[in-house]
Amino acid sequence: MPKDTSIKRVLIIGSGPIVIGQACEFDYSGSQAARSMKEEGIEVVLINSNPATIMTDPVTADKVYLLPLEPASIEKILSENDIDVVLPTMGGQTALNLAITCEEMGIWEEHGVRMVGVDVAAINVTENRQEFRELMDEIGIPMAPQKTAKSFLEGKEVAQEFGFPLCIRASFTLGGAGASLVHTAPEFDALLTRGLHQSPIHEVMIDKALMGWKEFELELLRDANDNVIIICSIENFDPMGIHTGDSITVAPAMTLSDTAYQRMRDMAIKMMRSIGDFAGGCNVQFAVSPDEAEDIIAIEINPRVSRSSALASKATGYPIAKIASKLAIGYTLDELDNQITKNTSAYFEPTLDYVIVKIPRWNFNKFQDSDRRLGLQMKSVGEAMGIGRCFQEALQKACQSLEINRNGLGADGKELTDQDQILHSLANASWNRLFHIYDGLKMGIPFKTVQQATRIDPWFLKQIEELIALERKIEKHSLDSLSKDLLYEAKQKGYADRQIAHLLRCLESEVYSKRADMGIKRVYKLVDTCAAEFEAKTPYYYSTFELENESIPSNNKKIVVLGSGPNRIGQGIEFDYCCVHGVLAAKECGYETIMINCNPETVSTDFDISDKLYFEPVFWEHIYDIILHENPVGVIVQLGGQTALKLAEKLSRYGIKVMGTTYESLDLAEDRGSFSTLLKENGIPYPDFGVVENAEQAVTLSKDLGFPLLVRPSYVLGGQKMKIVINEQELEHHVVDILQDMPNNQILLDHFLDGAIEAEADAICDGKDVYIIGVMQHIEPAGIHSGDSYAVLPPYNLGDFVMTQIEDHTKKIAIELGTVGLINIQFAIKDEKVYVIEANPRASRTVPFIAKSYQEPYVNYATKVMLGEAKVKDFDFKPVKKGYAIKIPVFSFDKFPEVNKELGPEMKSTGEAIFFIDNLRDPMFTKIYSERNLYLSR
Amino acid sequence: MSEIPFFVPMEKTKALLVLEDGASFEGSAAGAVGTAFGEIAFNTGMTGYQEIFTDPSYFGQILLMTPSHIGNYGVHDEEVESDGLKISGLVCKKFSDIFSRPSGSSSLGDLFEKQGMVGISDVDTRAIVRHIRDKGAMNAIISSKDHSVDSLLARLKEVPSMEGLELSSKVCTKEAYNFGDENAELRIAVMDYGVKRNILRCLSDRGAFLKVFPMDASLEEIRSWKPDGIMLSNGPGDPAAMSAQVTEVKSFVESGIPVFGICLGHQILSQALGLKTYKMHNGHRGVNHPVQNLLTGRCEVTSQNHGFVVDMEAVKNNADVELTHVHLNDNTVAGIRLKGKPVFSVQYHPESSAGPNDSRYLFDEFITNVRNNKV
Repeated sequence: MPKDTSIKRVLIIGSGPIVIGQACEFDYSGSQAARSMKEEGIEVVLINSNPATIMTDPVTADKVYLLPLEPASIEKILSENDIDVVLPTMGGQTALNLAITCEEMGIWEEHGVRMVGVDVAAINVTENRQEFRELMDEIGIPMAPQKTAKSFLEGKEVAQEFGFPLCIRASFTLGGAGASLVHTAPEFDALLTRGLHQSPIHEVMIDKALMGWKEFELELLRDANDNVIIICSIENFDPMGIHTGDSITVAPAMTLSDTAYQRMRDMAIKMMRSIGDFAGGCNVQFAVSPDEAEDIIAIEINPRVSRSSALASKATGYPIAKIASKLAIGYTLDELDNQITKNTSAYFEPTLDYVIVKIPRWNFNKFQDSDRRLGLQMKSVGEAMGIGRCFQEALQKACQSLEINRNGLGADGKELTDQDQILHSLANASWNRLFHIYDGLKMGIPFKTVQQATRIDPWFLKQIEELIALERKIEKHSLDSLSKDLLYEAKQKGYADRQIAHLLRCLESEVYSKRADMGIKRVYKLVDTCAAEFEAKTPYYYSTFELENESIPSNNKKIVVLGSGPNRIGQGIEFDYCCVHGVLAAKECGYETIMINCNPETVSTDFDISDKLYFEPVFWEHIYDIILHENPVGVIVQLGGQTALKLAEKLSRYGIKVMGTTYESLDLAEDRGSFSTLLKENGIPYPDFGVVENAEQAVTLSKDLGFPLLVRPSYVLGGQKMKIVINEQELEHHVVDILQDMPNNQILLDHFLDGAIEAEADAICDGKDVYIIGVMQHIEPAGIHSGDSYAVLPPYNLGDFVMTQIEDHTKKIAIELGTVGLINIQFAIKDEKVYVIEANPRASRTVPFIAKSYQEPYVNYATKVMLGEAKVKDFDFKPVKKGYAIKIPVFSFDKFPEVNKELGPEMKSTGEAIFFIDNLRDPMFTKIYSERNLYLSR
Repeated sequence: MSEIPFFVPMEKTKALLVLEDGASFEGSAAGAVGTAFGEIAFNTGMTGYQEIFTDPSYFGQILLMTPSHIGNYGVHDEEVESDGLKISGLVCKKFSDIFSRPSGSSSLGDLFEKQGMVGISDVDTRAIVRHIRDKGAMNAIISSKDHSVDSLLARLKEVPSMEGLELSSKVCTKEAYNFGDENAELRIAVMDYGVKRNILRCLSDRGAFLKVFPMDASLEEIRSWKPDGIMLSNGPGDPAAMSAQVTEVKSFVESGIPVFGICLGHQILSQALGLKTYKMHNGHRGVNHPVQNLLTGRCEVTSQNHGFVVDMEAVKNNADVELTHVHLNDNTVAGIRLKGKPVFSVQYHPESSAGPNDSRYLFDEFITNVRNNKV
């Protein structure tokens, strides 16, 4: 069936602000869907309240509504646009729920809008666990023993019948909110109550826990002709009991026989067909008994594009969201081309000749006293994916991508050696269990004990054991005596030069030179969906150590854009937005663009954004090798957050050009001593401060500066480890705390301007001229991290005198620092005097927000300036200024019920929304303003 | 659960893979130490290595498996398609010495050693696939004993080309045998050109009693058993070298008895119908091949393993034959039927194993043909 030509205009619903359980992956799917529709000549209208997304950008959609995701917004859009169909499957559960609400209210019908890609009955049946279970029973698909409870009493009865452990899940929630694993009766009572409260229909499902069962996921696509294909099989390294979003996952499935896999495939297809008649994507989760029976039971089915489909798209190269959108508008799979090979069919099942490992990224340190055990409720904030030619290589690369100050899995001197701690960690999984499995095996804890405690499939554990065996062999050598075979083996298994250097007790650079001398070089292989069976046209690469290199460098002038690695609090989707714009701007200027990143949730790692994509850790060794291979003009580090920025020093040291602001200038801004000298010389006020290296110095300095003090390590983002202290005891404690986490880091003490107002400015500078793109004023008083504060663009009550100071300071600092590109400056205003708190010569979190509010492509402009292709004066700035835009921080505290919502200098929000108001009489603004002091703590 | 041996890092034996065109690759020995030769082919299936290695259609082939890891779930007594390993040798990236499947009977390595199967691992399989994808099918030799490229290349020259080679006789049964329930209502004669066990299971599960005949069984012998239908099995080699079988199939077709051909059986049937077959630049081998059923418009993901194919032009120019299935990647012939007669065949494997079960309906259709014809 060809495309439905009656569709002229589509509405795509986004997923709103980033929260745990629903993140950046939906920007990826929404953007892909929008591009896919535009390709078909269909006009795309998009709604999302999240301004930090690429999908809400004019490069993606024809018309964007930055409105709250609620029925009133939908009504407004439908009355202003002649929409034919709505595609609600690209924005996670939020979009689906909104679509259902609108359906129930009759909004779609009233405006003659058809829902495509899903049907409401399908959503209802998959979200109502009782109905779903009955349906599965009907079609003969086994599930775990389970019952529904609508009251506390009913719940208690079920518990008595099943016995512990049990799982409780709330109906109609996302990311496993309200789901818990329960081992004891008192625990059960509390969690039952919580689950009943969290479910919008006050219903919980109680399952018998299938602890230790193996967990798998399949990603499906179905077309209107009822053809179904499986895009990817994903195996969870962590067995049942840990939410799949919090599990380490591997693709393709590693330990499934064909008989078991085909049974699972048949079940998945049957399930998808049973829940309704729709064309689009679907995700099905299964558990397999770890015994001879190999029983397979269904866990759940999601009739939409999910986090796993984003991962599956990156893992296989098959663009699920793009194809799912085309299926939704009538195409059948056999009519579409494989997007990677361009000359074979889209109706086929990708095959992989590599392995991917995804490891979640957690931010528990942001939530003091949070329960760090992993369970049925998702707690991670991001993820990194490693691609390797074997599991071990992919695992090491994923570990190198995590940005947790590790050089990979083990071999970096950070192993834990306390046996009891390790044993506890094995049985109570948290963010570091993988590392402790390694540590345990390395210190000699028997394999059986590790397997029984973790219940992880022995094949995976053996892979780790094999790594340790290899390390033992290497450790016997010195750099000189290490054979080529052994070094090659270590490189093939994903070891970084740094890890090998640790094992050989030498320098990273020495290992690098040795392998260069021996001719052990990285080669690049293609992700092509077909294991090289067909020639592929898509430049999506990963590195490995093998014979043949497939990435042939061109002679074009090239630019490398460094991505920001896994999302975490303080460094998220905004930087993906910036990277995409950076790539597109460089393309406009005639550069061949090369993107490097390891975050599977991003748009920037979509294979059709840059000219060449290297899906690699944003880790020195990988980047350096790509640069040597490609020989670019330079590297853009300003767009990838602190992850990319902190590589500037080494790039510069190795003689690689950092585009725009030089490393020296970047360093000048970070180095508090020289920066304040600069401020002093220019007559710009700043809070009294000092730099210390230990607690003793800190106490001495505090006598000069006076309390309260703002204490923080240098070179961090998102206010990591930043705290306000009010006495010597607190100061000492915090300094020791920082140094334990970040040894040898300098610590900054600022006199804290109590009761000050905060504001920040973003600007583009070409070294000579400065253009301030926007100034935002925070609503909460100083002390709350800028990422966590409500902020208003433009300022709502700063007088001309203050504004003049802000503008003057911004311009002066930008010039004095030698900024070429973007700069963000944070101010504290007290008694009409504007103090500079810090300057960040890079894209900041607020740049996308300002760009969306003023409807101008600032990152595009800044990139052209960085590249030296344009000057500030070349741009005709025409910001659309109307009323105010409020930035609303969004938190995920509901995932940590034990944590009190307190805000301070360390950022805790996971996402943000934009809200436009016409004037300051707006009830939303007045409410926020009146509550501005509510959550401030230290 | 079988005990997993503690990991002992072994010093691996060096092995060499040499291709007919002189390209050579160094890796480690997997399985038995020795020398093996055959035509090199690659299979892209991510699961089902044991079913694939025991599939008689792979006889005479050095098989390269494209997934990164082979052997992870060991081997299972029931997941075999014949009485033993049928490939000539294996090329893979990672050969797993250990396995974790509780119902597994041994590791793949143990099975290889027991059956003297030679393999090479830790080679850049992707580079080799790209090489043979461009250069086309060719012979190859693996050795973990002889480490001289020149000597291996010389030995390789002795190996005959697959084109024009009849191999079925090397793998088919020597004696006819029965399979399934003797009292079943339908009797189907299976012509064994190298039959996969799952074809037999698929038929007997649908209420047929089978007699599996050697490929050289005489027409009289088959007729005297009074079959209600004829199954032409899969198998290795070039269909053009099987004129006796082609003649025999012609008489089946003329007799009006329902016939169903799979893979080599499909090619032999096609020859019997006067259609040409030819050797492909690279065959189709994997479990993800897209096929469209032109009669229903529906698509199926199929398991395929063939290096020869029926000529599309020949099908289109033959008024008696209808094209029923087409391969969506390269528009080659995937299935045909004879107009007005209960005779049809497919190039792929509806019995899958390894692979998806999407095409099992073809067995139902055959059984229906057989039943209708009987009435």
